[in-house]
Amino acid sequence: MADRRAVVSSGIAVGIAVAAYGVSFGALAVAAGFDVWQTCILSLVMFTGGSQFALIGVVASGGLAAGPAAIASATLLGVRNLIYGIRMRPVVEPSGLQRIAAPWLTIDESTAVALAQHRPELRKVGFWATGIAVFIGWNLTTLAGALLGNVLGDARMWGLDAAAAAAFLGLIWPRLVTRQAGAVAVGAASVALLVTPVSVPGVPVLVAGVVALIIGWWDVLGRRGSIA
Amino acid sequence: MTLWWIVLLACAGTLASKFLGYLVPPRWVAAPRPNRIADLLTVALLAALIAVQTFAVTDPATGGPGVAVDARLPAVLVAAGLFAIRVPYVVVVFAAAGVAAALRAWLVWPG
Repeated sequence: MADRRAVVSSGIAVGIAVAAYGVSFGALAVAAGFDVWQTCILSLVMFTGGSQFALIGVVASGGLAAGPAAIASATLLGVRNLIYGIRMRPVVEPSGLQRIAAPWLTIDESTAVALAQHRPELRKVGFWATGIAVFIGWNLTTLAGALLGNVLGDARMWGLDAAAAAAFLGLIWPRLVTRQAGAVAVGAASVALLVTPVSVPGVPVLVAGVVALIIGWWDVLGRRGSIA
Repeated sequence: MTLWWIVLLACAGTLASKFLGYLVPPRWVAAPRPNRIADLLTVALLAALIAVQTFAVTDPATGGPGVAVDARLPAVLVAAGLFAIRVPYVVVVFAAAGVAAALRAWLVWPG
């Protein structure tokens, strides 16, 4: 029982931490031109932070014309949830309505807390506690941020454009532990900047994805050093 | 394409990924390569977004896209420094906003 309680509280702690930057998502979405409803629907339905920030970031720089690129960026960033789903199904073993709730709540945080546990029943507890805590916190603070953003006015005056870049940096930071990930980050950022002056907003980010395909396919700088 | 269509299509795309994950037979992706590419794709897209978010501008001469250094770069560098010493996420995001806002307000920093 004590173990169970510890897992639930770590899930709630993650929920609170994530909720805190829901405010910045809400404010940035409104600054990018989304209304409060659209902003809240993104957090309720899409419910995966990286994709949400990507979508509003591309729309903020390219407007409606960048719509297809914005959708593609958000979708591609969400592909990691597919991999998480494959790992989580045997862990969560969803039945009935859980078959809808479990994929919905499958994100970086719920997967990480679940997989950090060693006993099968605690993995389940970790998944649900974290998923539900993040869902509630993220959506409440998105609403708060969107309402606040409406009052703030010019986003640049408050440095919200720089805050968006810092928010992405925070999402990527824990992943930069290997040389391979670092090389991909530097390569992708360079490609995106080279392409920016000669293309339309949204496209540079998608083109930069090719760097991951190349390095990932041949496992350049990989630990194993051989092709899988 | 209206903003509502962008919201709905992007939601459909990301939700589809989540549900597909629970439908795909695990042995299809037992190989390390798809896992590695999915991981690295996340890193690449986020890094590209950071770069664009930090440097992209609308060129005042042509009205087209361009690249420039302005108040966002010092803000992002401060954020990187704070992440490196494990300052909590929210504090860093606010600090970055504060740096950019302050530079623009007091130093007549370009952009």
